[in-house]
Amino acid sequence: MNPNGEGLFSAASSLGHTVDVLFLSVLGVTTFVAVGVAGAILYFSIRYRHGSKADRSNPPARARWIEITWTATPLAIFLGLFIWSSIVFSRFHRPPESALRVHVLARQWMWKVEHDNGRREIDELHVPVGQPVELIMTSQDVIHSFFVPAFRVKQDVLPGRYTSLWFNATRAGRFNLFCAEYCGTDHARMTGTVVAMPPAEFARWLAAGPQRDDLAARGFTIYRRAGCSGCHEAASTVHAPPLESLYGRQVHLSDGSTIVADDTYLRDSILLPEKQIVAGYAPIMPGFKGQLDEDDLTALLAYIRSSEETKPMSTSP
Amino acid sequence: MSSHPSRAFHENSYLHGGFTLWSWLTTRDHKRIALLYMISITGFFFLGGAAATIIRIELLTPQGDLVDAHTYNELFTAHGIIMVWFFLIPSIPNTLGNFLIPLMIGAREVAFPRLNLASWYIYTLGGLFVLATLLFGGVDTGWTFYTPFATLFSNSNVVLAIVGVFVVGFSSILTGLNFIVTVHRMRAPGMTWFKLPLFVWANYATSIILVLATPVLAMTLCLIAFERITRIGIFDPSLGGDPLLFQHFFWFYSHPAVYIMVLPAMGVASEIIPCFARNRIFGYRFMTYAILGIAIIGFLVWGHHMFVSGQSMYASVVFSLLSFLVAIPSAIKVFNWTATLYKGSILFASPMLYALGFVGLFTIGGLTGLFLAAAALDVHLTDTYFVIAHFHYIMVGGTVMAYLGGLHFWWPKIVGRMYPETWGRIAAVVIFVGFNLTFFPQYIAGAMGMPRRYHVYSPEYQLLNVFSSTGAGMLAIGYLLPLVYLVWAMFRGKHAPANPWQATGLEWQTASPPPKENFETIPENIPSPYDYRSRTRS
Amino acid sequence: MSSHAAHFESDSHRHETAELGMWVFLATELMFFGPLLLGYAVGREMYGQAFAAASRHTDVVIGTINTAVLLTSSLFMALAAAAVRSDRTRMTMRCLLLTAALGVVFLVLKGFEYLSEWQEHLVPWADFRFEPRLRQGAGYFYYLYFAMTGLHALHLTIGIVASIVFALRLRVNSARALASQVGVTGLYWHFVDMIWVFLYPILYLVERHG
Repeated sequence: MNPNGEGLFSAASSLGHTVDVLFLSVLGVTTFVAVGVAGAILYFSIRYRHGSKADRSNPPARARWIEITWTATPLAIFLGLFIWSSIVFSRFHRPPESALRVHVLARQWMWKVEHDNGRREIDELHVPVGQPVELIMTSQDVIHSFFVPAFRVKQDVLPGRYTSLWFNATRAGRFNLFCAEYCGTDHARMTGTVVAMPPAEFARWLAAGPQRDDLAARGFTIYRRAGCSGCHEAASTVHAPPLESLYGRQVHLSDGSTIVADDTYLRDSILLPEKQIVAGYAPIMPGFKGQLDEDDLTALLAYIRSSEETKPMSTSP
Repeated sequence: MSSHPSRAFHENSYLHGGFTLWSWLTTRDHKRIALLYMISITGFFFLGGAAATIIRIELLTPQGDLVDAHTYNELFTAHGIIMVWFFLIPSIPNTLGNFLIPLMIGAREVAFPRLNLASWYIYTLGGLFVLATLLFGGVDTGWTFYTPFATLFSNSNVVLAIVGVFVVGFSSILTGLNFIVTVHRMRAPGMTWFKLPLFVWANYATSIILVLATPVLAMTLCLIAFERITRIGIFDPSLGGDPLLFQHFFWFYSHPAVYIMVLPAMGVASEIIPCFARNRIFGYRFMTYAILGIAIIGFLVWGHHMFVSGQSMYASVVFSLLSFLVAIPSAIKVFNWTATLYKGSILFASPMLYALGFVGLFTIGGLTGLFLAAAALDVHLTDTYFVIAHFHYIMVGGTVMAYLGGLHFWWPKIVGRMYPETWGRIAAVVIFVGFNLTFFPQYIAGAMGMPRRYHVYSPEYQLLNVFSSTGAGMLAIGYLLPLVYLVWAMFRGKHAPANPWQATGLEWQTASPPPKENFETIPENIPSPYDYRSRTRS
Repeated sequence: MSSHAAHFESDSHRHETAELGMWVFLATELMFFGPLLLGYAVGREMYGQAFAAASRHTDVVIGTINTAVLLTSSLFMALAAAAVRSDRTRMTMRCLLLTAALGVVFLVLKGFEYLSEWQEHLVPWADFRFEPRLRQGAGYFYYLYFAMTGLHALHLTIGIVASIVFALRLRVNSARALASQVGVTGLYWHFVDMIWVFLYPILYLVERHG
């Protein structure tokens, strides 16, 4: 019915194929039950219609073993489906290490995408076929939801935090992108296209037009401009936690807990530093809420991520 | 019983004596209050239906050519708010429940008659707020009021709508409270718990949910309204809050609310099916356990609305498991209804057609719920038309079908006259076919990825939407038919005997319509429920 | 009253029915406070430091006195319930009035507390001032503080009105005639008191050890 893979059983992502198999299986089980129940009702309705000559002697009013059977059988089947589905579901939450990271910023009513080299697009997302892509998403206003039916993926995009989603496109093509969480007047027009291309073609596309600095370089500029470097540089007199190789590491907090320094943690630490205080440091950092916008944050986080490889960034791109 | 229907009708019937509007508006008779509710919810049903009609016409084409985007959003919001809170939740409990629970347990009244009337006035007040919302330009948040859209971004009458829903919530709470206490304290001597009709059990379980879940919604709505007015709050991330907290609170109410809507429908089916199969209900005790099981587990599954919301994966997995488990008692009920037909002597009168239609549609709705309970499939299906189709199969295919079945079944009792049987059967078939034509294509559209709440849509979904809109036209006609002939029957129908269906149940042991005080003498020797076998033999 | 009670078999049937009704209503009430308490738990998790700082700004002296006042009022309410059961009309009336008076004392003290919080700019929707670093969390705390104590005060007011109304009706009715109403009012009063017993530690005492 649809060449783009929105079709029922022709997903265009690796995870999507697994989902389709599960979908078909659940469809099989439910159809079997539905047909069974409908068949029984029809059969009884005809055989035991008023005035028919069917034998009606000794009708059972209850039978414990029947009740137990039709409780235990669905229970067993449901548990099986649950386990299967949960295994698949957990894969949605484990993006491969090698995934290509792309930043998505949602706002009423458009999708803004930025690649690590600074290439930006609106309402379009170009990805290579055969390579996992992880989207790091946030919203500037209300809740949106990033939905690509052909990939069988969907993730709400929230203001004030990062959510992520990953997929691995298995064939080239143009696929619908929908906003699936109602977000106001033009919700239905907050749509776009995901363009999956062969890797070489994608590389050419990506290189074709970064009109600005790559993200990490821009992040470094902000790191300087906003005054982060004043305290977080190793040479600083202020006692502040170093940021090199911080990303993805375990951080010990002053309340005794530990947390992984992921995007959301870093974001919170920049905007609302008092939320989590690193053990051994005084809560002296001012919050940057209202001073940095989402674009700045994306860039700043890209810099912090990159600062493990090249310690003090050179200012030239 | 040897009562003379005509004599009872003219002298002592609850409909007789006090024909003035005032006598109706100040009544404390649960039967009259039931009729007040029936009139109100019918009005709201057709209002919500009108919104749905415009929506379906708009969706005939992929472009937005009938109404603009904002109006469309207001239409589906109005449809949702009206149908959920002003029709479905009060539908069976407040009309049939109000009328029948005291009769079925052998009581002369509900426990708190004045509270019962107050509940109707509160409902009406809430309804006026919602009507005012519509008159002043509508509200466009969806019935779910998700924050921060509802608190900060929507430019519509959010607060007014919230006040309406808040107020009507108290009507639900008071009705639930009244039913719980009535069932506990007002049963006739000898009416033990396991002699109660399943309709009473179902409404009892519903009432517990109403009493425990509704206040959470009420407080949550207060917080939303306050946050919108003062720009201070706990839900909006820009104010330091957490929007997922709102979703947890909202669904903590709104998922049990699904069971508020469908449990009473199950109760109705459990009365009708044994009566027209002339058979004892199969597995009475298991049916009661299933009702309670649904009510209890129903409180623990709300997180399945939030699999893609950003909720932790582990929470999602637990909610997925519980959602599979809540399907078990529903399955038990379907199997028991089916088994009740076995070795019966089945009459296909209108109520039975509705009840069988209910079982079929509820089964499909329930089974498709399994897709949504499976978290891995829900990721793809949530917020698409698959979900729309699923909950309409439960709430419209299930609840509305059962409500209509119940209306036909008890219409002779309520108005003392018979409805025209042929028309009843025609309407049942038209509704069943129209319903499936409307909503089955939506499963397919949803599985293909068509998102809900879309004013314009991708052209590949058009064919399915045309089917759906055609079905909706048929469904609309189907719903108008009973409105016409049931009202006609109220004045012109054949006089009904006390027990036209030879049904068991105490409500059939009194005149049609019942006297003001329900029974001339409170029945003694309470029979075991659904004793259709011995009745047929004797 | 008795004219509406024709559907009850006896006075005790009516009494027990009313009591069950109140218990169900209190279950509703408890759930009504639920989102606020859960919101508090979430806020404390998110803004532990700010919550501790904000709670140190509450007036623990008034809070503690008020706790004592309310507990004493519950004692008198219990005495009223005992008196009404043994049919002592005047005793019941006195106890009800004392209960209501203590309720009013609570509200007056609470009013002073609100006033000083207003002067200290602790009302989150009216020129809220707090140490900038902790402002957001403290605002969250005070928002819930006013929501919870305000809702509690509203409930208490209803309880006071009910106590006074039944006390006045005892001037013309016997204790026996109002036994059901007084008993049910007592249940409600104890519930409102119990809510305060939860609010007091989480609003006034949390992390005040420093």
